[in-house]
Amino acid sequence: MYTQALNVKDTALPAADPQREARFQARIDAEEKIEPNDWMPDGYRQTLVRQIAQHAHSEIVGMHPEGNWITRAPSLKRKVALLAKVQDEGGHGLYLYSAAETLGVSREELVEQLLDGRQKYSSIFNYPTMTWADVGVIGWLVDGAAIMNQIPLCRCSFGPYARAMIRICKEESFHQRQGYEIMVALCRDGTPAQKAMAQDALNRWWWPVLMMFGPSDQDSQHTDKSMRWKIKRFTNDELRRKFVDATVPQGRYLGLTFPDPDLKFDETTGHWAFGAIDWSEFRRVVSGDGPCNRQRLRQRKRAHERGAWVRAAVLAHAAKRRAREQAAAGVAAE
Amino acid sequence: MTEKNIPLWEVFIRSRTGLAHRHAGSVHAADAEMALQNARDVYTRRGEGLSIWVVPSHVITASDPADRDSLFEPTASKIYRHPSFYDVPEEVGHM
Ligand SMILES: [Fe+2]
Ligand SMILES: [Fe+2]
Repeated sequence: MYTQALNVKDTALPAADPQREARFQARIDAEEKIEPNDWMPDGYRQTLVRQIAQHAHSEIVGMHPEGNWITRAPSLKRKVALLAKVQDEGGHGLYLYSAAETLGVSREELVEQLLDGRQKYSSIFNYPTMTWADVGVIGWLVDGAAIMNQIPLCRCSFGPYARAMIRICKEESFHQRQGYEIMVALCRDGTPAQKAMAQDALNRWWWPVLMMFGPSDQDSQHTDKSMRWKIKRFTNDELRRKFVDATVPQGRYLGLTFPDPDLKFDETTGHWAFGAIDWSEFRRVVSGDGPCNRQRLRQRKRAHERGAWVRAAVLAHAAKRRAREQAAAGVAAE
Repeated sequence: MTEKNIPLWEVFIRSRTGLAHRHAGSVHAADAEMALQNARDVYTRRGEGLSIWVVPSHVITASDPADRDSLFEPTASKIYRHPSFYDVPEEVGHM
């Protein structure tokens, strides 16, 4: 998911403090929120910084695939909606960077780590947006999957992250609905060519969206600890299954088919069973070799470099004003 | 070149309901005016507020979580500070 970072191995941690750790765990078990100044194990801090940073980076890089269509939206209504959505994603990135900063890292450091590749963003944003239907599918499925993941994060044990997620979840629902509305327009009210375009978009996005939830539970390295710390409330596979169950009927309403011959309703479990995910594709995209990885990072770096003079200018302006005020105060005091 | 970090500000917003300003999050900005502008863009895109305060994060003094017991525990025993501690005869009705 936006938190695929949970599936990376920890670096070496300093010696543990079992007594404090037990007290910490007791607070978590009692559903108390952990706040920035509270004592916490280094592993908890490290996991959260990595997860929140990856989540923030995903919101920021996530603006690119959709931003690609703002100037070509088919109507003014669609254009203002898409603009507002992309602006929201930028805002989500900022809420999350500020949550991460409460753990003692600076936003500048995190941005640097995104740009030099030390920190990742969600694999899903390395796929291209080829047609307008992709914008519909992203809202419907990518934001839909994000919501599935983010709702339990509103109860995350770390206060600033949980509070940022509550704010984000309130805004996400519009994202998903505007995407689905685009799909309805193409599939139920559109021409056969428009419906075919929607089907093509679903065919390309379906599997990458399922991969957003991260490796299956047997291969996920962090699930246990994150669950114990109540950073995570459901496993990757649980969330993926919930998502498939919620989404298949929505796709059928559109009259679309899913690109999975094994997808069928299982009467005994009451869930939709789906085919095997191609994890080699997932690993390839995460390690930097997806269709758009290079382009996304190049665009982020360029935006950062082109903004450098603005950052320098606002700081210089603030310093000059401060100096002027101080000088005036000095004259007044004489 | 290493850039200078842009200062951090805490953002407080008074919502439409007329309650006190409440902490919403933080923003980075070079000065107070830009902090207000950024806070408006980041935290009030859907009419969440009628008034914004921004405060440089470094000027906030916070209580230490380790002092929690000594600061707040003493009030737990002072139940006579609550209306439910006092009996009012039933005939008198609601008070
Ligand atoms: Fe978002
Ligand atoms: Fe979104």
